[in-house]
Amino acid sequence: MSAAEIFQHARDVFAIGAMAVGLVFVIAGATGVMRLPDFYTRMHAAGVTDTLGAELIIVGLIAQAGDWQTAAKLALVGLLLFLTSPTATHAIANAAHRSGLKPDLSHFKPKHPADAASSEGPK
Amino acid sequence: MHFLIFLVAIGVAVAMAIMLARLFAGPTLYDRVLAANSFGTKTVLFLLVFAALVGRQDAIDIALLYALINFVATIAILKFFRYRSLEIALAQMSLRKALDGEYEK
Repeated sequence: MSAAEIFQHARDVFAIGAMAVGLVFVIAGATGVMRLPDFYTRMHAAGVTDTLGAELIIVGLIAQAGDWQTAAKLALVGLLLFLTSPTATHAIANAAHRSGLKPDLSHFKPKHPADAASSEGPK
Repeated sequence: MHFLIFLVAIGVAVAMAIMLARLFAGPTLYDRVLAANSFGTKTVLFLLVFAALVGRQDAIDIALLYALINFVATIAILKFFRYRSLEIALAQMSLRKALDGEYEK
């Protein structure tokens, strides 16, 4: 096996690995947006995973791109997403906060000690 | 290699479908805006993977344009639902409210 073939295989393995990890992030973010209880937690799931997942998939595509023009255009799209995605998430969070939307804290309210003792006591 | 890129395209399409469900189900306006923005990001990713899969390089240009329009549309929707107007520039609006003393927060 020549050095060029080894380089080709290493490039393919790197591309598939980066795209697989990015896909895991994207699917996890989508699942979080569907299942989490209120707006701010959903925004956390979408905003954090979108940037990293998109960048990893684009890095994988750059690694297996044929010519340098394709790679340059992909890098440009990656740079744009890297700048605009957190900015848009921040703008949405700022707008929601300014409009008076409160986080849903009903799932995390501590129980009163008397209620906790009575509910956990022997029946 | 080709088949694995196809699997990545299927995964991104599944994520887009989940995001679309949240877009229609979202209880508040901001859930919908967030889902629309995230859906746009995933559309860009799907276009890029599609370009690599089919071998059409012009899809990358479309993805570039889509990323730009997605960001501008998100900001425009948020601006409209905050000020109920798209006519006045954001900086002028903030300045006018500051001069009127309405910009308390």
